[in-house]
Amino acid sequence: MNTILMKAPAQRLRWRPTALAPEALLLLGGIGLYLLVPDDLGFATRVLIGALFALSLDLVLGYGGIVTLGQAALFGSGAYAAGLFALHLSGNPLLGLVAGAAAGAATAGLTGWLVLRSHGLTAVMITIAVAQVLLEVASKWRSVTGGDDGLSGIAVQPLFGRFEFDFFGHTGYWYALVVLLLVFAALRRLVAAPFGLTLVGLREDRVRMVALGCRLQRRLGTAYLIGGAVAGLAGALSAQVTQVVGLSSLSFAQSAEALVMLVLGGTGRLWGAILGTAVFMGVHHLASSIDPLRWMLVIGVMLLGVVLFMPQGLSGAVVSLWRRLQRRQEAA
Amino acid sequence: MSPLSLLASVAVDSLAYAMVLFVISVGLSITLGLMRFVNLAHGLFAVAGGYALVAAMARLGLPYEAAVPAALAAVALLAWPLERWLYRRLAGRSELDQVLFSIALVFIGIAGLGLLFGNAITAVRLPGYLQGSVSLGFRELPAQRLAALGAGVFTLVLLSWLMQSTRFGIELRAAVERPQAAQALGIRTTRVCSLAFALGAALAALGGVAGAELLPLEPHYPLKYLVLFLAVVAVGGLGSHWGLLAAALLLGTVETAAKYFVPGLSSIFFFTTMLAVLAWRPQGLFGRPV
Repeated sequence: MNTILMKAPAQRLRWRPTALAPEALLLLGGIGLYLLVPDDLGFATRVLIGALFALSLDLVLGYGGIVTLGQAALFGSGAYAAGLFALHLSGNPLLGLVAGAAAGAATAGLTGWLVLRSHGLTAVMITIAVAQVLLEVASKWRSVTGGDDGLSGIAVQPLFGRFEFDFFGHTGYWYALVVLLLVFAALRRLVAAPFGLTLVGLREDRVRMVALGCRLQRRLGTAYLIGGAVAGLAGALSAQVTQVVGLSSLSFAQSAEALVMLVLGGTGRLWGAILGTAVFMGVHHLASSIDPLRWMLVIGVMLLGVVLFMPQGLSGAVVSLWRRLQRRQEAA
Repeated sequence: MSPLSLLASVAVDSLAYAMVLFVISVGLSITLGLMRFVNLAHGLFAVAGGYALVAAMARLGLPYEAAVPAALAAVALLAWPLERWLYRRLAGRSELDQVLFSIALVFIGIAGLGLLFGNAITAVRLPGYLQGSVSLGFRELPAQRLAALGAGVFTLVLLSWLMQSTRFGIELRAAVERPQAAQALGIRTTRVCSLAFALGAALAALGGVAGAELLPLEPHYPLKYLVLFLAVVAVGGLGSHWGLLAAALLLGTVETAAKYFVPGLSSIFFFTTMLAVLAWRPQGLFGRPV
């Protein structure tokens, strides 16, 4: 944490070519994934959407320190909003994304005050309850949401009027990758800016930050709102690419899985969220094709190992390995 | 059904359900409120109790009356080394690490139970006198519900006695309030905490056994009902078993009554009640203000 705070001002002094390295790595990773599973782009696209969702959780939880198990409320709001928008208003994909992000942010804005005025278990339970209430509403309000069947037959117009969303998911994949890249770049700048540093400060020591004159409710509320917009964006992407929206987008499992992916990768590092998602979903893909119970065993043992032996998650392990290598080079 | 007898059925079912929730949540409240450990794997102890009962009856051939205490003892014996070797290592770590650790345990437990007992719902074979109904003179009550009620009352009496008037209760409270002072006075705080943890696990097992009709045994049990148990603890307020009882009664009654009168909407009623209580009192009904 200290390293973040110390490095930040120097980083902002002058632009260096390495400043875009993380984005370039992500782009390379995206191209690599495309080449790795060309026959299963549906899965590859779900990884990208999952990574976007995990990023939203990282901003709220990893940086803001708001422990939530109800992030699916924001994801699902975005998914349903984008689905309904495409069904009833317009099939324009970009406008649909805006609708999804707005819906996610609106849900976050309407429920954030309730989450932020409590802490600990109560706050976690409120986030769970909000998501569950939304889930029940979506399940019972059949005329609008389709109930258990969800929304289907969502038709999306070609992107920019040129790139049709094809059956094999090529367009969908590149579309999701570009959105993920843009959000990743924007969030990276946001967390390095004074706003992000304030969030880290609040996470580390709320009392001291408030004594320094920081407006806790407003800062965390803004973070929750932005997290909501990003989660809504992920939901909208999922609706447009898969062309269906189901109740599972609002489910507890959706929230819990995102949390597991994030902590697996390591909180408080944006690329950790992406790494965690890729590893989690990759293992899921391989293990669950064998047997769903074995998958639970594999992921359980993996998580246990991470908690006991890599307290900073996979990304933390990578960072400390990197530092050790550097030190050895300097010594040599 | 006449309105009066309908109300009576609702009341009995609510009470039985509330007692099951109460018994299972006690251990969660102890670990969360007293030891400050977020243990999402608590439901595992409840379902393990149920499965241990089934195994003791089917594979060891024990009668129900002997299998229940055996199952509780087995779960307590399972919880002891878990606390000793795993939970204690995570005691000082962040809530998030504890959440992840206990979720990992849940996953491993679900996989283990699924491999051992199969993925379907397992029924507990009740002895004859628990299957029928008991006549109270003016009306008939299902014996199984009465047994659940009995388990709740037993837990309440046991806890009150343990906490108020035994050396263990005093030592536990001392170990939690002032660990260093308690150690200086010669109290073996880690052992007291292990005991409390095992006790909570055994009570969860009792709840799992008594509630097997209401919350059927299946491998996904710990994940499926996790939110339910957490809700009771949050609404009750940490560290008070009277608060826990009140929360279990409130949430149990709301959910059961909603199931009778507005079927399909019971979940909404449950969660809005919880939201309303937590919005009004973030520390829970009986919790100390933060």
